[in-house]
Amino acid sequence: MRLPFQINAMVGGAIIGFLLLVALCGAFWTPYDPLGISFSDKLTPPGPSHWLGTDEFGRDVASRLMAGAATSVWVSITTVTLAISVGVVIGVTSGYARGWFDRIVMAFNDALLAFPGILLALGLLAVLGANKYGIIVALGIAYSPSVARIVRGTVLSIREREFIAASRVTGNSEIYTMCRHVLPNCIAPLTVLATSMFGWVLLAESSLSFLGLGVPPPAPTWGNMLASARPFIAQAVWLAVLPGLCISITLLGINLLGDALRDRLDPRMRGRT
Amino acid sequence: MNTSGENLLEVEDLCIAVKGAGLDVIKHVSFSIRSGEIVGIVGESGSGKTLAARSVIRLLPEGIEATSGRIAFEGEDVLGMSPRKLRKLRGSRVGMVFQEPMTSLNPSMLLERQLDEALALHCRLPSATRQEMILDMLRRVGLEEPKRALTSYPHEFSGGMRQRIMLASVMLLKPSFLIADEPTTALDAVVQRDVLELMVGLTREQGTAVMLISHDLSMVARYCDRIIVMCRGEVVETGDCKTLLENPQHPYTRKLLGAMPKRGPERSFAQDEAPLVSVRDLVVDYPGRRKLLRREPPHRALHGISLDIAPGQVVAMVGSSGSGKTTLGQALAGLVKPSGGSIGFDGKPIDRAQTSYWDYRFNCQMIFQDPYSSLDPRDTIGRIVGEPLRHVRDMNKVSRAARVAEVLEEVQLGRDYADRFPHELSGGQRQRVAIARAIVRRPRFVIADEAVSALDVTVRAQILDLFADLQNRHGFSCLFISHDLGVVEQVADRVVVMDKGKIVEEGDRSAVFDNPQHPFTRKLLSVVPALEAAPGGGVRLQWRLDIPGHGSEITQSSALATTETI
Repeated sequence: MRLPFQINAMVGGAIIGFLLLVALCGAFWTPYDPLGISFSDKLTPPGPSHWLGTDEFGRDVASRLMAGAATSVWVSITTVTLAISVGVVIGVTSGYARGWFDRIVMAFNDALLAFPGILLALGLLAVLGANKYGIIVALGIAYSPSVARIVRGTVLSIREREFIAASRVTGNSEIYTMCRHVLPNCIAPLTVLATSMFGWVLLAESSLSFLGLGVPPPAPTWGNMLASARPFIAQAVWLAVLPGLCISITLLGINLLGDALRDRLDPRMRGRT
Repeated sequence: MNTSGENLLEVEDLCIAVKGAGLDVIKHVSFSIRSGEIVGIVGESGSGKTLAARSVIRLLPEGIEATSGRIAFEGEDVLGMSPRKLRKLRGSRVGMVFQEPMTSLNPSMLLERQLDEALALHCRLPSATRQEMILDMLRRVGLEEPKRALTSYPHEFSGGMRQRIMLASVMLLKPSFLIADEPTTALDAVVQRDVLELMVGLTREQGTAVMLISHDLSMVARYCDRIIVMCRGEVVETGDCKTLLENPQHPYTRKLLGAMPKRGPERSFAQDEAPLVSVRDLVVDYPGRRKLLRREPPHRALHGISLDIAPGQVVAMVGSSGSGKTTLGQALAGLVKPSGGSIGFDGKPIDRAQTSYWDYRFNCQMIFQDPYSSLDPRDTIGRIVGEPLRHVRDMNKVSRAARVAEVLEEVQLGRDYADRFPHELSGGQRQRVAIARAIVRRPRFVIADEAVSALDVTVRAQILDLFADLQNRHGFSCLFISHDLGVVEQVADRVVVMDKGKIVEEGDRSAVFDNPQHPFTRKLLSVVPALEAAPGGGVRLQWRLDIPGHGSEITQSSALATTETI
């Protein structure tokens, strides 16, 4: 069952807003140094001095989660931007040009789509090297084919509408028509896609870090925190639960917000709620 | 035939509402239908005519339900019927024919199975007998090779044929009541007449009562015994067809009948004046379908069209669908590239490479058919109307806004509409915006492609008045493309008739309508009756042509209707 629009938007917005705030804060200030090792404090359960406890090296978990949020959010946003930009350029040109250009580009695009995103990213990471920028480029390339597909489909349906013909009769150039009438009408599906893609990328980045192919330690991310918690899951359950919880709640927030945004961004929906 | 006074269907005080919202879409509607009678329900979109009809077999959309009232079919209460009884009622006693025959036939099923399905369910007959019945019925509805048709899929037939098949599948079960919801709206005039004649013939023969839902008054007038007029979920007037049309009582009925198109005053044009637009031997080919290794040969949509349009003249282009009239409009608007021939504007031939082409494009604007798709949903009305002004030199932001406001006033919307979005406007208002966009640059030539076809009768009349008014004021020439002969008769100075990509007849309006020469024009005019003003404030059904046989047919048929319903 769908939640009412406003609750969707409020809960999703609150979660994502909080995440962004924490990430922004985590980039500049954390209660403890997220990399500061203190063997005397190792595996301290959550308590007054360390609210969320410490890990096997005595590093403060709350600080590491905050710093991890900063990395994850930054990686996700950059990756989504990259994927959307590449995908939109390919999708719009392909959908608007049609003909042999469209067929060749889409054949190549479909070949890329045939790989699971994470597999493609793994292959690319082997070439690019496991670091922040490698992840961004690899995931960006891995996710752009689905953007191109969706944009091309939208462009194909929009270009057959009469207002595109009307724009051409007026004497507007093809490029103007594309930028002024075709692209803005792709925004609604793109925003929904971008929000859910933010979730997929966050998850993919965590998975890659979990597999040891992401941001290399000691820099914290939610994924590598989860990975390093594995040997201690019996003694220090908070080490595994907390990063996992962060990932799930963020994904929930993103999905709620995505739904709400789709309703909002479509001007035909305005004033109906 | 059962023509006794017994009511087959009685609807009393029926209310239908949106669940939860308490919003009544049908308000206290009562009517009855006798056996064997043909009753037309007319009304504009949103009047609730389809809902009222569908409620008879409780086929209402999700979220809409009957809240009060009584529906009795052959004395049985429909609203309280068990699902099992309801299924029997729907299939065998009440049949329904929908508007779109492509979507109401299952595209993946052979006709034999499709036609046999209901028959096998409702009649216990051996399959050989059933097949015999199906073949017989297919022959009755005019299929030439019924045996071959049985092993065909729906897509192998044209729209008219599919509607005949649909009718056959319904009439096979000999229902006592048939609901026909805009059954011929998607069809061409000639095909429409054939399908309706068939439907009326079949139902009269089997004594089936028909509820014919339509927005086309002349069609309803032609075939119905009684008419129910609906407006905003209420029945405003019911009565015997002839009486109601000739002497309407309710203001809404009067308004509806008054909105029927009428021939406008004759205007004369100097014979020797140079044409504004002259088309010579225009040919348009569409590329053939791509096969594995080669293309199919191109399809020729226009076979050498030659046409002159004088300054200030309205030239109407009529023809059935596929005749190439829209292609001609698109070629003139520069949306389709001609494969041959020439277009001249203001005495100069236009050529894409020359500056005269830009002069032509600047002066040629277009109004499209669908007001829902011709306006960018993300733009405000002000931006939409003002967009063509981008290409006008010496206009700044202020003078553009002033021109937009002025044009919005001209189309009777008012300047405060500039900040609204298309989805806030009704269909008629949107079409006004489309007209405003077309005339904002003060063009000398406007192409209107089925500009009023998507509108309701009363809105259509308003838009046509507005259009004539603007045309008189600004004096632009116009190519008016339409399939609706009534509308063409109202607006056109000259009429061009197209068939299969060629012009078959052209001439002044009175010449073409009163004295058509070409067989195709005569056929087209003979199938569409006109509603002419009658002394009582209403209208009277009149054939456009005094073709022998037709004049008598209309009286014979109405005489038939009266004797049968008495």
